[in-house]
Amino acid sequence: MAATVPPGYRVSRAGRWSAWAFLAPVTGYLVICYAYPLYRNVELSLREYTVRSFVQGGAPFAGLDNYRTALADPTFGPALTHTLVFTVASLVLQFTIGMALALFFHQHFPLSRTLRAVILVPWLLPLIVSASTWSWLLNSDAGLVNAALGVVGVDPVHWLTSPRWSLVSVIIANVWIGVPFNLVVLHSGLQAIPAELYEASALDGATGWQRFRSITFPLLRPVSAITLLLGLIYTLKVFDLIWIMTRGGPADSSTTLATWSYRLGFGNLLPRFGPGAAVGNLLIVLALLAGLGYLRRQRRQQS
Amino acid sequence: MTTTTAPTRRTWWKTGIGLVLTGLMLFPVYWMINVSFTRDRDMRASPPHLFPVDGTVEGYRAVFDQQLPYLGTSFLVGLGTVALTVALSAPAGYALAKLRPPGGRALSFLLLTAQMIPGIIMAMGFYASYLELGILNTLPGLILADSTLAVPFGVLIFTAFMSGVPDELLQAAVVDGAGRLRTFWSVVLPLSRNAVVTVSLFAFLWAWSDFVFASTLAGGGGHQPITLGIYRYIGNNNQQWNAIMATAVVASVPAAVLLVLAQRYVSTGITAGAVKD
Repeated sequence: MAATVPPGYRVSRAGRWSAWAFLAPVTGYLVICYAYPLYRNVELSLREYTVRSFVQGGAPFAGLDNYRTALADPTFGPALTHTLVFTVASLVLQFTIGMALALFFHQHFPLSRTLRAVILVPWLLPLIVSASTWSWLLNSDAGLVNAALGVVGVDPVHWLTSPRWSLVSVIIANVWIGVPFNLVVLHSGLQAIPAELYEASALDGATGWQRFRSITFPLLRPVSAITLLLGLIYTLKVFDLIWIMTRGGPADSSTTLATWSYRLGFGNLLPRFGPGAAVGNLLIVLALLAGLGYLRRQRRQQS
Repeated sequence: MTTTTAPTRRTWWKTGIGLVLTGLMLFPVYWMINVSFTRDRDMRASPPHLFPVDGTVEGYRAVFDQQLPYLGTSFLVGLGTVALTVALSAPAGYALAKLRPPGGRALSFLLLTAQMIPGIIMAMGFYASYLELGILNTLPGLILADSTLAVPFGVLIFTAFMSGVPDELLQAAVVDGAGRLRTFWSVVLPLSRNAVVTVSLFAFLWAWSDFVFASTLAGGGGHQPITLGIYRYIGNNNQQWNAIMATAVVASVPAAVLLVLAQRYVSTGITAGAVKD
């Protein structure tokens, strides 16, 4: 490269500041569309709102009353447990199945590209579509799943209408939605691993499992970490799927913090915005803690 | 390619397994289509009909009689969200990728964390503000809320993509006397067509699929999107599953179109969103 061409698209100090002209719209947007709704949500959770004061203003300050109400509610314990079970089970299953499929589709065979593309469909469908399809598949009387179980002699399971199975049902549907995402990201990670490494280890006589343990798994770690982190963020947020399939029921058996928060704020004729917002904020804290804890562990492992 | 040295006879059985796995994964989608053609009286048949041999298009007739306004709203909301998302995120991507603004990293980090906020919490805050502003149940209100699903992703994609535009090109534009804005508009943006397509596709799809904001911010008015159309269907006529599933099939069309026409961009979008530097 000629010495007269600067190595970068050099910008002066003043020029770097004027770059904010391009960032101004998105910064304003962050304030209006993220910071302000979040602030309103915190404010909602710290005041004693009624439908009337919600419209006209003037709700009295209530301190942490709404949080106390939420924590003392008999729904809180189950909602927290269900959130954790739903998140952990979804993540583990999505990642395991996604990894298995990624390894399988990484072998080049005729049609592997096309099939890998088509398998993305569940992830691209609107959640309401997946949720209603699974509702019908898991219908107690007319659902195909119970019909198939009947063929092998298993009694019908009340997937969506018994407290024992409702959480399992929504986990199944959520795993189905998440597998394609895990597959695509992990597959792109696999493609970045140099083929020479495998050839060398094959010459050394390594078995398939040994190659997975000593090459694939360690080299795939950064991509796996990001996949799991994104999965965590998405899964903690899941609300539509559960609400449409079970509304968190029966008897709160599939209620998570997200569906509970929605039900408090919007699901009843008499909205309870204060406690609803309080539960929502607890969910944010949980999401941030999980995200930060995860990032810290990552950093420690890398150093 | 070095890994495909195995004889074809050995790889065809893998295609077979691949087909079976894909079939299993997509079976619910097939079932949705099958049920959408099933007659009401066959809906609870035991065993269920695996193929719509004696099918009906009643469900689709119901869609076109009752769901067209919902589909129209979703389409408009989708287009509005695309416009807003690209307009906000393309300039931001340019600045973050090429102009190295002070505090740029902090802004990127904020955008990443913004994605972690659950939609239901945003919805509650939006609801309170929209009520005051009087924009509940309006298209602009829903578009603004839906765009929050796509803007952080948009900035991420544009930044990643525009980092790849050669600095020499920008230098040349400066030498020719072009300002920042002109360089962005006539050099960087045309070169980033793929990023524009990727961001637009995802923004449209996410807005089209949104249920949280629709049910909280547009649930009571004349502008209801198709996700609410399906939701009301499930609530109202529990028996007409062919109509529900037909609506679901129609609501899946954008996802299918996206996959067929733009598969390349879909993979790019997913992996670029996930595998950041």
